Amino acid sequence: MSGPSQYQPQNAVLKWVERRLPIGGLIHSSFIGYPTPRNLNYWWTFGAILSMMLGVQIVTGIILAMHYTPHADLAFKSVEAIVRDVNYGWLLRYLHSNGASMFFIAVYIHMFRGLYYGSYKEPREVLWILGVIIYLLMMATGFMGYVLPWGQMSFWGATVITNLFSAIPYVGDSIVTLLWGGYAVGNPTLNRFFSLHYLLPFVIAGVVVLHVWALHVVGQNNPAGVEPQTEKDTVPFTPYATIKDSFGMTCFLVFFAWFVFYTPNYLGDPDNYIPANPGVTPAEIVPEWYYLPFYAILRSIPNKLAGVVAMFSAILVLAFLPWLDGAKVRSARYRPLARQFFWIFVVVCLGLGYLGSKPPQGIYVVAGRILTAYYFFHFLILLPILSRVEKARPVPNSIADDVLGKAGALKAVGSAIVVLAAAGLLLIGGVSQSRAEEETPPTLSWSFAGPFGKFDQGQIQRGLKVYKEVCSNCHSLNYIAFRNLADAGGPGYSEEQAAALASTYKIKDGPNETGDMFERPGRPADYFPAPFANEQQARVANGGAAPPDLSLMAKARGYDRGFPTFIFDLVTQFQEKGPNYIAALLQGFEENPPADFKLPDGSYYNKYFPGHSIKMPKPLSDGQVTYDDGAPQTVQQYAADVAAFLMWTAEPKLEARKKLGLQVMIFLIILAGLLYFTKKKVWADAH
Amino acid sequence: MTTSTSAEHSRRDFLYVATGAVAAVGTVAAIWPLVSQMNPDASTIAAGAPIEVDLAPIAEGQAIKVFWRSKPIYIMNRTKKQIEEARAVAVSSLPDPQSDQARVKEGHDQWLVVIGICTHLGCIPIAHEGSYDGFFCPCHGSQYDSSGRIRQGPAPANLAVPPYSFASDTRIKIG
Ligand code: FES
Repeated sequence: MSGPSQYQPQNAVLKWVERRLPIGGLIHSSFIGYPTPRNLNYWWTFGAILSMMLGVQIVTGIILAMHYTPHADLAFKSVEAIVRDVNYGWLLRYLHSNGASMFFIAVYIHMFRGLYYGSYKEPREVLWILGVIIYLLMMATGFMGYVLPWGQMSFWGATVITNLFSAIPYVGDSIVTLLWGGYAVGNPTLNRFFSLHYLLPFVIAGVVVLHVWALHVVGQNNPAGVEPQTEKDTVPFTPYATIKDSFGMTCFLVFFAWFVFYTPNYLGDPDNYIPANPGVTPAEIVPEWYYLPFYAILRSIPNKLAGVVAMFSAILVLAFLPWLDGAKVRSARYRPLARQFFWIFVVVCLGLGYLGSKPPQGIYVVAGRILTAYYFFHFLILLPILSRVEKARPVPNSIADDVLGKAGALKAVGSAIVVLAAAGLLLIGGVSQSRAEEETPPTLSWSFAGPFGKFDQGQIQRGLKVYKEVCSNCHSLNYIAFRNLADAGGPGYSEEQAAALASTYKIKDGPNETGDMFERPGRPADYFPAPFANEQQARVANGGAAPPDLSLMAKARGYDRGFPTFIFDLVTQFQEKGPNYIAALLQGFEENPPADFKLPDGSYYNKYFPGHSIKMPKPLSDGQVTYDDGAPQTVQQYAADVAAFLMWTAEPKLEARKKLGLQVMIFLIILAGLLYFTKKKVWADAH
Repeated sequence: MTTSTSAEHSRRDFLYVATGAVAAVGTVAAIWPLVSQMNPDASTIAAGAPIEVDLAPIAEGQAIKVFWRSKPIYIMNRTKKQIEEARAVAVSSLPDPQSDQARVKEGHDQWLVVIGICTHLGCIPIAHEGSYDGFFCPCHGSQYDSSGRIRQGPAPANLAVPPYSFASDTRIKIG
């Protein structure tokens, strides 16, 4: 059991150091000799997984900061430069952006585990509160990190969240101005968020140290919820917990890698691939998924101040949990009622999350209010009452007894599945009713879809031709340089061909020695020149609507696939909303709008454009672009080709990503298998 | 517990070693991208493409400085006197022996093209200064002659000649 360290170094140097700084003893007593309950299940590996994720975020974050420029005019561009030009930049960026989500998935599981097994109860109150503090810090860090790419959601998310503080009576507006460092979210805001986003992870690491320290003072809770009494109840941390945690971490990495390599933008919002525009608010502002339940609570309350208070209370109430739930029995395993209410609470949280992503109208508002009320009811009324009236089942005498009388674990998993399935069905019912009659783009089959997807070089070349001859008259392609045409995983031109194409363009350069700007033939390092000098010019020339840059279009457009399809999309790796939308839009023009539709002057009717009224006239017609590879010269073919081309411009490292993904997956699965058998061997002596 | 045989032992040891080895390989592989990202990125490399320089405006006895790959390049139109001085010295007596002919392009003997970075610790030497009618580095006093060769001071080597070629009599392509 815990006590003075057993660590006795043999080596003379280590002895010398140990007498002066007993760091070896500290490490030994914390991570080697530390006794851990022998009945811990895999839900307990999430502590280690969280430490790993904090490490991943700090390492990738420090590296991204080496390439990132925190300036309102350059931030978005620098992020694109990281993804497109820096060696493995795409990997590091996707690791970091998806890593944030993984961090939150792990922390939510960790928290729910604590709730289920009563890990917050005496004597672990401080341990639990430190955890709540870490969670709050994580939310602040995640929020500020999301602002840094300076896309539309970054900007408007920052605006909405900072405005929460304006609800504070009297001083609210001054506080918001203080946060912004200006009259609105702008460059000073971005700069300070960058600074704080760099700082907070280290603060988190500091609180994590306290969290672990507190843990090592009071010892780990366990599924039985009884304290270890004898040597027989525990095993030393190393090798038992170490190997089990390693296996858990590797399995989690498989899950993580799936997102990074196959569905890197699944959890992101397409709007964030549009550069921040202080003049246009996106149709729907949705925070990152991990804030959605709290966002739903905020919106459920029709009063500004009360909404903000409710949202923050929803988190702060957790800190009071040790005193709200006074039941002596810790583990919900032996509390039949508490266990059922736990699962109901899980479903309520998931429901709130779902509602947070939906527009605040109709049935969603009512559902949001009911679930918000239940959320607080659970903590403030249900748990205090339950702890008085519930009759708990007998708990095992010791952990060793618990290990011998194993059962129930499967039952818990079973009930979880039943509850989740029921919740799923309910949601499907709710959603299929409210399904709008909006037309969604047909799902086309793309060569670059799926885990082994590759671009069809011929198609990308044809798409480039369509872009050059048609789209480029109005749309820029700012992030694509001529040299990119010769990059691996692209249209497959040689460097000479790329240089030859570049030299057909006139590029503005200068100033020269006499201070004049001049034109010269393009070089491979130059970027496709824009058709208009600035946004105002583009706007005037196009009936008041500036044609957007197309480089990222295939990632900046999406549409709702609805529940449960959006969950299956994760498994089938469906990532082609953008190209589907582009191809559909180009073919979606209709001469005669529906009779009841009022088309504004100078606009055209498009079936797939949100709102149906688009400023762009039908750009393509059959036979307009001549193909020399025999592909059909139809609008349908042009549309598909240019959509595929734009998928490449938006995600130029797609092939490299999927290829590396396969290698990483195979490696991780082998490692997980080896760790599993090693774990079995190690634990064979312990059971 | 059953008594374990030595075969079982060695099988177990093999499993442990294999697991450790695979984990170690994975760790090393994971470090690779973290280091590789420090190298120049694709746009930097692309910007380092060859450049062309027009020599016509450079009068005899003048030197200009252009930048290629973020490095200053001196292009010096040498006078007869400078060329003669550079060729008069005994090559074997130089700290970094190299003939003037080897440092210029045949038929274009008046043009000296060197990277203007002192081989001592990287300062930019000043053209047409110092005791050898060439370059003088103000940082620690290295002296280069009219062929850009080190003659005196702490620098260990001659000013480097970048890769270049004559596109025409009055145009060179550096890189
Ligand atoms: S750097 Fe030129 S002499 Fe030291």
